[in-house]
Amino acid sequence: MINWHTCFFLLFATITCAFAVAVVVSANVVRMAVCLIASLAAVSGLYFLAVADFVAAMQLMIYVGGTLVLLVFGVMLTARGPFVSMKITPANWLMAGLAGGALLILLLCAATSVDAWKTAAVAASAPAAEGGHTVAPIGMALLGIRVDALEQANPALRGGIAGYLLPFEIVSVHLLVVLVGAAHLARARRRRRPAEAVPDASRSA
Amino acid sequence: MIAEYLTTRFGLPEWLACGGVALVQCLILLGIMMFAAALFTWMERKVAGRIQDRLGPTRVGGRFGWLQSVADGVKLLAKEDLIPGEADGLLFRLAPYVSFCAAFCVYLALPFSNGWVAQHLNVGVFFIVAIAGLEVFGVILGGYSSASKWSLYGAMREAAQVVSYEVPLGLCVVIPVMVAGTLDLVAIGNMQRGWGVNWLVFHNPFLFITFFIYALCTLASTNRAPFDLAEAESELVAGFLTEYSGFRWSVFFMAEYGSMYAMSGLGAILFLGGWHGPIPLAEMLGLSYANHAVLGWLGDLLGAGNFLCKAFLGVAAMMWLRWTLPRLRIDQVMTTCLKYCVPLAAAMFVGTMLWTYALPGGLLPRSTPLGAVAEAPPWTAPRAARGERP
Repeated sequence: MINWHTCFFLLFATITCAFAVAVVVSANVVRMAVCLIASLAAVSGLYFLAVADFVAAMQLMIYVGGTLVLLVFGVMLTARGPFVSMKITPANWLMAGLAGGALLILLLCAATSVDAWKTAAVAASAPAAEGGHTVAPIGMALLGIRVDALEQANPALRGGIAGYLLPFEIVSVHLLVVLVGAAHLARARRRRRPAEAVPDASRSA
Repeated sequence: MIAEYLTTRFGLPEWLACGGVALVQCLILLGIMMFAAALFTWMERKVAGRIQDRLGPTRVGGRFGWLQSVADGVKLLAKEDLIPGEADGLLFRLAPYVSFCAAFCVYLALPFSNGWVAQHLNVGVFFIVAIAGLEVFGVILGGYSSASKWSLYGAMREAAQVVSYEVPLGLCVVIPVMVAGTLDLVAIGNMQRGWGVNWLVFHNPFLFITFFIYALCTLASTNRAPFDLAEAESELVAGFLTEYSGFRWSVFFMAEYGSMYAMSGLGAILFLGGWHGPIPLAEMLGLSYANHAVLGWLGDLLGAGNFLCKAFLGVAAMMWLRWTLPRLRIDQVMTTCLKYCVPLAAAMFVGTMLWTYALPGGLLPRSTPLGAVAEAPPWTAPRAARGERP
């Protein structure tokens, strides 16, 4: 059955795949980044289509916005002249093809092995169940309350559903602090000159 | 939903009804954005003129120069469209539209009144902050693809500035969200109905300070003076825009004015009550859905006017600051962000958190409790609440 949902799914999926191929094919760093951003933004469109608003906004914030920073650093660190194009040797193509192909085969096998995904009717009604009200459950899970698992009858499993998101977040903030500290320790130490040395330097210059 | 009405009443196929409604909504939003850009370019000239003790435009279209924007538009369209020979033509052509699309997408999730929003998102605030940050992408592309060191430096200044100011801006947006307890912009707006004391900016002293930090960060993230280092037409000769002329140049400016209006609108909803004014006119006149559907609609219309006025006043304040304050140096811009805005916003965050823990009701007596469920027309409820398939 063709409805607008299917049309948009096909549209976004085509954009995602086409720009993903374009990332591989193009040789210019900035064009690659542009294609990557288009591809990731289309993935976010797919999430919106699946009524997963929070994940979609996250995708825009983290992946699309993150690629932006990647682009800035890519330009700053690689651009010795204008519009440098990368040279890719056949060995690189071979290695990348092997790694990518293996991952693709694995994903295809996994996708076709789930019986529930084979019938179209189930797939079409699945997004309607949650209906985009994902923010409150995610926030509760951060505090250790899994709203979706409250009816867990098995007392042995109930201990595990409290969730480890808050400890996880604390660990991630800790990692951030460690990174900042490492950057502070590793930075080039600039020795401050004595105050009387400065006029001498200016006079000799 | 209008689309459902069309399918059931007139027997239109679903794709046609949904597509038609989506198209009409997009056109309305595009119209609002274009009109805002045209109005604000005229207003910018008038405000600049008055502040500098001049008259501003006076000739085109009567006494106040109303039609100056139209004349500008015709001039820009007729200008020769230059692309530098060394430039990456594809990216050079693409860049203005990337900026414009990002600025336009903000309007998709921005409610204009109680439920008057193109796409009622559960994560509206988050979506707007995420999309608004992408506008700088077009600037970087434009600066890079011009194949000029001048433009590239301008773009890099802009990138550093916008990426840095995302941090305090995000913190400032989180604070009212924390008090409101939801990311849904329509719900945040409806929470503040009643008299002006119900506005979140008056909820506690920390939120009051946060509002001004938000205004400062908004100036920086939309590249307005005193933070317009990216462009800086008088000292740094227009940075990333150096190679642009004609229509593409004007698209960048449409994006800038569009996002200025959108960011002031977001501030109006988060801090200044959105479509609920300092005086609850709609409630006094009895314009509510409890009385009649048409009366409720009229009340929402009044709210939309209220919201547009607030956002307009925000843009006017931005212009006032632009023509009053001198431009900062890039190191001063970064110092303002990292040494003042971020720690202040973080302190306000902690302060508001403690305040809501100790005094959840707020400082001033509210005419309605904060958690009161606002009446809403039935079509504004998110889809799952209505138990329908999307």
